[in-house]
Amino acid sequence: MAYLELDRVAKQFGAQTVVDDFSLSVGKGEFISFLGPSGCGKTTTLQMIAGFLDPTRGAIRLEGKDLTAIPPARRGLGIVFQSYALFPHMTAAENVAFGLEMRKVPRNERAERVRAALAMVGLAGYEDRHPRRMSGGQQQRVALARALVIKPSVLLLDEPLSNLDAKLREEMQIELRQIQRTVGTTTILVTHDQNEAMSLSDRIVVMSQGKIEQIGTPQETYEKPASAFVSQFLGKTNDFAATIDRTAAPARLVVGSWAVPAPAGFNGAVTVSVRPERIGFGDAGLTARIVTRIFQGNHWLFQCDSECGPAIVIRQNDGKAQPAEGDAVRLTWRPEDMSARARESA
Amino acid sequence: MRRNGPLALIFHTIFVIIMLAPILVVCLVAFTPEGYLSLPTNGFSLRWFRAIANYPEFIHAFWVSLGLGALSSLVALLFAVPAALAIARYRFRGRDALAALFLSPLMIPHVVLGIAFLRFFTSAGLGGSFAALIIAHVIIVFPFALRLTLAAATGMDRTVEMAAVSLGAGGWTLFRRVTLPLILPGVISGWALAFIQSFDDLTMTVFLAAPGTETLPVRMFLYIQDNIDPLVTSVSACVIAITMSALILLDRFYGLDRVLAGKGDTGR
Amino acid sequence: MSGVAEERGARAPWALTAPALMLFVGVLLIPLAMTVMLSFHDWGQYKGIEPVFILKNWYEIAADPYYAEMFWRTFRIAILTTLLTALLGAPEAYILNRMSGRWKSFFLLVILGPLLISVVARTLGWALLFGGNNGLVNKLLMSLGVMRSPIPFMFTETGMVVALAHVMMPFMVLSVWAALQRLDPQIENAAMSLGAGPVTIIRRIIMPQIMPGVLSGAIIVFSLSASAFATPAIIGGRRLKVAATLAYDEFLNTLNWPLGAAVATLLLFALVLIVVGSNALIERRYAEVFR
Repeated sequence: MAYLELDRVAKQFGAQTVVDDFSLSVGKGEFISFLGPSGCGKTTTLQMIAGFLDPTRGAIRLEGKDLTAIPPARRGLGIVFQSYALFPHMTAAENVAFGLEMRKVPRNERAERVRAALAMVGLAGYEDRHPRRMSGGQQQRVALARALVIKPSVLLLDEPLSNLDAKLREEMQIELRQIQRTVGTTTILVTHDQNEAMSLSDRIVVMSQGKIEQIGTPQETYEKPASAFVSQFLGKTNDFAATIDRTAAPARLVVGSWAVPAPAGFNGAVTVSVRPERIGFGDAGLTARIVTRIFQGNHWLFQCDSECGPAIVIRQNDGKAQPAEGDAVRLTWRPEDMSARARESA
Repeated sequence: MRRNGPLALIFHTIFVIIMLAPILVVCLVAFTPEGYLSLPTNGFSLRWFRAIANYPEFIHAFWVSLGLGALSSLVALLFAVPAALAIARYRFRGRDALAALFLSPLMIPHVVLGIAFLRFFTSAGLGGSFAALIIAHVIIVFPFALRLTLAAATGMDRTVEMAAVSLGAGGWTLFRRVTLPLILPGVISGWALAFIQSFDDLTMTVFLAAPGTETLPVRMFLYIQDNIDPLVTSVSACVIAITMSALILLDRFYGLDRVLAGKGDTGR
Repeated sequence: MSGVAEERGARAPWALTAPALMLFVGVLLIPLAMTVMLSFHDWGQYKGIEPVFILKNWYEIAADPYYAEMFWRTFRIAILTTLLTALLGAPEAYILNRMSGRWKSFFLLVILGPLLISVVARTLGWALLFGGNNGLVNKLLMSLGVMRSPIPFMFTETGMVVALAHVMMPFMVLSVWAALQRLDPQIENAAMSLGAGPVTIIRRIIMPQIMPGVLSGAIIVFSLSASAFATPAIIGGRRLKVAATLAYDEFLNTLNWPLGAAVATLLLFALVLIVVGSNALIERRYAEVFR
């Protein structure tokens, strides 16, 4: 049985639908990310789970019990906000102790649990610091400890790493993952950063304009994007118009002047997506010309003008010679490296 | 930014001297050893400060002003804090009209307010009472209490409250443990500014005060009407000193430029 | 998330503002309405106030040139005070804004601080400096033989304007200073790089941008000066009355409350009209510049 369940949840502000028909089952201990650009409804969904917003339609259930009737203060969820939302007038320890105090946890036990929580996030010895005198990363850890110390049924993370610099963000990603694994708390992360979603989550919910585009493991969403939006949003990709011809035997997929064995399913007009790092330069394939060649350290980035439109190719820097700008090349890939989907009108 | 030229600095110097001269002259004359108005050229004397003691009306009026200022500012805040929270956080019909109403005592001439309150409290049988003074002062200091509280409530990070709610705080606990501490600098400054306004008001109070409830400005005004002697300068010097202390308090808690420039914005 | 507020409890804002609203209706709006009513009541030396509806007081104000002269004096003083504060306060704010950090906040405190010091004390200072034969400046000038008789200051309109301007100056400086804060600090350099001299910069670049500040300061100064009581009462005494001091006399000396209420009502409505009207004009005039 699903641990946390969102059942056809929708949210409207006046005439504007911000979230529509959102259904998701989260298993106990799972790490889920809501991924999408700003305004896609991911934060609104999080706020509905937290109870700061009421859904216009649909139900949210935790262990089978309807959450919507329960006020946010009684839901027992741990939340880490983008701004951390630490209490500036309280020390780190007081911040962490606040939730326990509200739960009337006896003083001795409280102190013990606060110490343990701060130690877990690597802030032992910072008990008496005020948030203002802590770095962004440290504040972030206090916020995490404060949310986790109440042993929440679900941990909600609202863009928790977006205020940190790149290096610190990577460190915190690893740490966050480790802590989540250790504690085993069911976690929902809201983010617009695809790398963050991919490196942290068990499953990703990709959202656009209030709707779910795809739910799947990081690998699934990357390798088999369900829509043009997903393929574009999760890193760079090449979309080519192609046709599947099942009258021939064996069935063929024709893209430009190149024909390859057709994958299962689909017929007629399709779109194929190929990740730039899966394209190589070979003898058979799409005819193309290199427009620009950019060296980026561990790889080369080529922008090509192919018979099926512009294409991007990324090649590992393996020390071998690479084609130069202006060279005529053929773009080639293995059939299993492309994913096909019915061509979207518009 | 370019520097000021010599002409600008001369202008500035004269300007500052003119601004300060009347205040300085009051404070200086207060220290005169003579029996008439003069600058203390033959040494400083505290005789006119001691003379205040022989004039119990001033002492009494001082306590009235102090109690009135402290109490009316406090009462104004009791009304203003919830109102400020509502205006800062909710977008509701009539919000702008309410904000305008609450700030309207700034726009209405105090002489008109004095007349209106005199008429009202006399009909209500409260003419000349301390209670009437309190209520009237609550109204005139309300905009100041509201503005600073509003600025604090508007600038506050709402997610901090959400965090407290998610941790289980609600209602009164949420207000006492999280919201109030966060807006406290604004509330204290609002109190101090309201206190100064109440402490200094003459125009409205002169209509309402009766013997026994005369405030210090009223007592000073009535005294000046009869004659001007060094006694009233020493009393003024005391008033200036009290206001300065409140100013320093304000500056510490809030920054004086922010208080004075305090945009009357009703939130964005 | 401003949506949060609307969500939970649409009644909350009304519950929070209800106490203040009741206070304002009960103790502000009702007394003001009663004052307007009072201006239509009758009054006699012996019978006191009679709660009837007559236009006697309004007719008296309209017919007796004494009142026209008094209102004209009130507004003349207010206008002159406003001009004086604008002419001195605007340049001072500009100079202040060009000072370096520490001096700027120091002098800002020196100039704005008096705003919070008792008006009675500040006006008393002027009376001490220029008040008749005993005025310190007058005594000094006469003992130096510069003058025979003291500068006429007490009981003169000039004295009132000077003392009022001193009292109101902080409002003007503050208002212009606020406008200057919105200026791009590089704007003068930009004008200079295009070949503008200092006079041109002030006239063509600075002035147009701080004008809304000067005007909104002017509205504040004007309305406060026109309804000022303490300064006109101390400097002008019984001899030179303005609207506020006249209303005071009607209420506390003559005891003709209905007539005093009529004077106050007229002052209130005239000011509201002028302030609202000029605000609307300024907003229309400068709408494009500041939006």
